Amino acid sequence: MSGSPQRGANPLAMWLLAVRSDRRATVGAFVLLLFGLLACLGPWIASDPDALVGMPLQPPSLEHWLGTTGQGQDVFAQMVAGTRVSLVLGFSVGVVVVLVGALIGVAAGYFGGRVDAMLSLLFNIFLVIPGLPLAIIIAAYLPSGPLTLALVLIVTGWAWNARVIRAQTLAQRQRDFVSAAIVAGESHWRIITREILPTMTSLIVAQVIGSTVYAIGAQVGLEFLGLGDVSKVTWGTNLYWAQNDSALLTGAWWTFAPTGLCVALVGFGLTMLNSAFDEISNPRLQLERAWRAHLQACGHSPGRSTPVVIDRG
Amino acid sequence: MRYLLQRLGFYLIAGWAALTLNFFLPRLMPGDPATALFARFRGRLAPEAMAALRETFGLTEAPLLQQYFTYLSHVLRGDLGISVAYFPTPVSEVIATGMLWTVFLAGTAVVVSFAIGTLLGIVAAWRRGGWIDSWLPSTLVFLGAFPYFWLAMVALYLLGFTLGWFPLGHAYGDDLTPAFTLEFMADVFRHAALPVGTVVIATLGGWLLSMRNSMITVLGSDFVNLARAKGLAPARVVLRYAARNALLPSITGFGMALGFVLGGSLLTEIVFSYPGQGYLLVQAVRNQDYPLMQGIFLVITLAVLGSNWLVDVIYMWLDPRTRGGRS
Repeated sequence: MSGSPQRGANPLAMWLLAVRSDRRATVGAFVLLLFGLLACLGPWIASDPDALVGMPLQPPSLEHWLGTTGQGQDVFAQMVAGTRVSLVLGFSVGVVVVLVGALIGVAAGYFGGRVDAMLSLLFNIFLVIPGLPLAIIIAAYLPSGPLTLALVLIVTGWAWNARVIRAQTLAQRQRDFVSAAIVAGESHWRIITREILPTMTSLIVAQVIGSTVYAIGAQVGLEFLGLGDVSKVTWGTNLYWAQNDSALLTGAWWTFAPTGLCVALVGFGLTMLNSAFDEISNPRLQLERAWRAHLQACGHSPGRSTPVVIDRG
Repeated sequence: MRYLLQRLGFYLIAGWAALTLNFFLPRLMPGDPATALFARFRGRLAPEAMAALRETFGLTEAPLLQQYFTYLSHVLRGDLGISVAYFPTPVSEVIATGMLWTVFLAGTAVVVSFAIGTLLGIVAAWRRGGWIDSWLPSTLVFLGAFPYFWLAMVALYLLGFTLGWFPLGHAYGDDLTPAFTLEFMADVFRHAALPVGTVVIATLGGWLLSMRNSMITVLGSDFVNLARAKGLAPARVVLRYAARNALLPSITGFGMALGFVLGGSLLTEIVFSYPGQGYLLVQAVRNQDYPLMQGIFLVITLAVLGSNWLVDVIYMWLDPRTRGGRS
């Protein structure tokens, strides 16, 4: 462990290194980069997604790469346009969800006592109430649109993050540097933001990634049910229209296949990336990896490896 | 026993929170959805249905607190109001038609997925570096990244539409009447195969990984080494010693997964036009049948809370440490 080159380097460089050294993370980052480009350059790559360009439900052809929808719009153009909306909403909800979760989790873990009891009860209740039905009934009352979707996703998504951050804060709270800060008379706010939260940077990054995966999936699900603004082009509404135009029962696979693949690829890319960050924040995994690499370098085949070494001849 | 009572207390509080949320939600909403709704429904709805809607939105004369207690007492008696779309059927009766299907669908999916995923996780940890360990997890995680309902659409298209192996929707054939006959049961299973299958495929990866990681930790612990050193058969060490202990984190996750799988199966129901809660819920949203919508939310939530408590009971039975108070 002492020879680990990452120690003390700046966090961004550490992550870049981890992404490069982990094959899965490299793949994940590459996929995400691709979709990022698609989202940014969308309007220059594809035509107007709302334009009626041909006969409805035409299979993929040279003219329309992914065919046309039940209304005669270009599926490829809709997919590209949807990428931007869905990614922006997914990522911003991911960030806000973690912010809310971190704030409540840190407050619970740091102040302890009655505050902890109340806040813990609150997030445990939100964890146990099934999210999708709750999201559906809230969204049904509000005017449909991106703001409603964001609000609903935040309400149903923050609790898990709060729980993880609280547990981590409890552990940090016992450490000497926090006691020292308290004795030195620093304010609660300063201790939380300057002493405790920085120790959780990698955890928080991992949570933002995880929450973005959640937000994209849940958003697509709600829009598929028709709870988004169905006049806007997003990944979820594309699937909504595919289902409503009975794409399946007429065999028009091209109207729903590309969008689902996009959702899955982005989710997969984010998950792969997360595993690299996990490796940094989890010394046990790092140790195991170093050990396996060492064994392989010495010409042995790595066996059952936890940091416990078993000699089995 | 104290632990179980504590958990029971928590679920009661959570249930009360859901009830309260359900009561205040329509009353807190901005603007005035009720007035707009009344304007639209006027002349098309019977006076009793209007009264049901009025009550849902809190447009009665009584003070809020009194409405709240009336609401609580009604719910405790199982009275969830009257459905607007299915007027004059009470909400509880409408829900009852779909409850069994959803419990069947989500229950089967969770149990099958948990059993297969956990078994595969044990094998993956046991034969580390084998083909199950190196290929299955990433494949399943990739499949898990797809939205449930999208997998359902693909399965429906490929296996149902193109190949014609499975029916394209509904819980049983139109030509059959529900009865406890072999023919009817077989038809129900044939219709459930695709919806259950897609949920299982989508959730398998999570169980596999959680069990595998937990097994690896346990396999490295002292008591497993001792069991090996004693010369016990490897299968016995893995199953009786390691797996039983490694199962505990998965069981805790089980309770939380229930709500999640239920959500997923609600979406899957839409794809397959399966007559469960999800289908009813979406119909209710589209028809703006607010009493039905809220009733379904409540019933689903209470069902999840109840199952979570059951999971706690199982957890205590598996983990002797939480039984401390009794001995």
